[in-house]
Amino acid sequence: MWLFYHKLGSPRYFYNLSGKLLPWFGWLTLLLILVGGYWGLVLAPPDYQQGDSYRIIYIHVPAAWMSLFVYIVMASAGAVGLIWKMKMADIVASCSAPLGAAFTFLALVTGSLWGKPMWGTYWVWDARLTSELILLFLYLGFIGLEAAIDDKRTAANACAVLALVGVVNIPIIHYSVEWWNTLHQGSTVTRLDKPAMDINMLIPLLLMWLGFMFYFGTSLFMRARNEVLHRERDTTWVKELVVE
Amino acid sequence: MGLLPKKAHRRKKLGLIVLMIMGVGVAVGMVSMALKENINLFFSPTQVVGGEAPMNHNFRIGGLVRTGSVKRSNDSLEVSFDVTDTAKNLPVIYTGILPDLFREGQGIVAQGKLRADGTFVASEVLAKHDETYMPPEAAEAIKNAQKMQATLKE
Repeated sequence: MWLFYHKLGSPRYFYNLSGKLLPWFGWLTLLLILVGGYWGLVLAPPDYQQGDSYRIIYIHVPAAWMSLFVYIVMASAGAVGLIWKMKMADIVASCSAPLGAAFTFLALVTGSLWGKPMWGTYWVWDARLTSELILLFLYLGFIGLEAAIDDKRTAANACAVLALVGVVNIPIIHYSVEWWNTLHQGSTVTRLDKPAMDINMLIPLLLMWLGFMFYFGTSLFMRARNEVLHRERDTTWVKELVVE
Repeated sequence: MGLLPKKAHRRKKLGLIVLMIMGVGVAVGMVSMALKENINLFFSPTQVVGGEAPMNHNFRIGGLVRTGSVKRSNDSLEVSFDVTDTAKNLPVIYTGILPDLFREGQGIVAQGKLRADGTFVASEVLAKHDETYMPPEAAEAIKNAQKMQATLKE
């Protein structure tokens, strides 16, 4: 366990491993999103109340789940970077931030477009919507803070602290619909009871989510590999790689 | 023990991080508990009838549209209905276009003011939908099953 952990911390090892995984991740992303998308948008039945409009759920919910998941990845990587001063962890945290911000933005926009026809408004300051907006600001703050500090180590440490402080927002987002009165409805899938969704609607939703997960993996690997090459440009292994 | 960092200074750092997250968590928890009433988006009819809602101020109410209470005016867009949390009812009047999901039994959130006679004059009505998604046939089947149950009881 510890051996693998230390190996993964080496940029060179990461570069080689991610290079092997990358095509698999890419094709899985494509396959899952195509199957999930077709199933969700064409095959799944319409909703008894919302008709076909509910189908935006197949983008909205996976994007919202990813916005939380990527934040946890980013904050964990930040913690690892703080404790073990691991270069790879800094890179993973820094490359996750823009992806997480994009998922958060997507969740907010699709939610807003869904809110207008169903609720009657694009935006309302309820606890769920507001805490998700704060998540977007946390991501943007992370990106801004990193760009403002020249030294990479210092930047990574400062950003890790910011990310870790922001972790408190994650359970708030998830439980906001239970703790407070909100316009946003409660959780359909991530609850102790069985999901409140027809199985034929649920499967494509989970497929789309897996597709989003693999998309995140693919993008993270691609970004991190670039960053590895850039940061390690003075080492012999990178020079050898470039000469080839 | 196997999962903890081996070196003492790293363990210390991990401890600091855990402490920091817990500290921030407790602080935010206490703040949001203190602000609970402000974070809640709406008041329930019971709270309004009990006098907890502000007079002469805009606020939001939330609840279900009581079945059989919706009355539409013949010559204007005025609608009147009761909002209920099954314990208390609150009469609401609203002039304007209602969202598609507005119907009897549906959850709504309305913004407006309380009139002296206890009627809530809404300036905006939003529909809340629940977390259940199912095809129309399934909803129909559930309704029929409930009807069957009801007739059997009679």
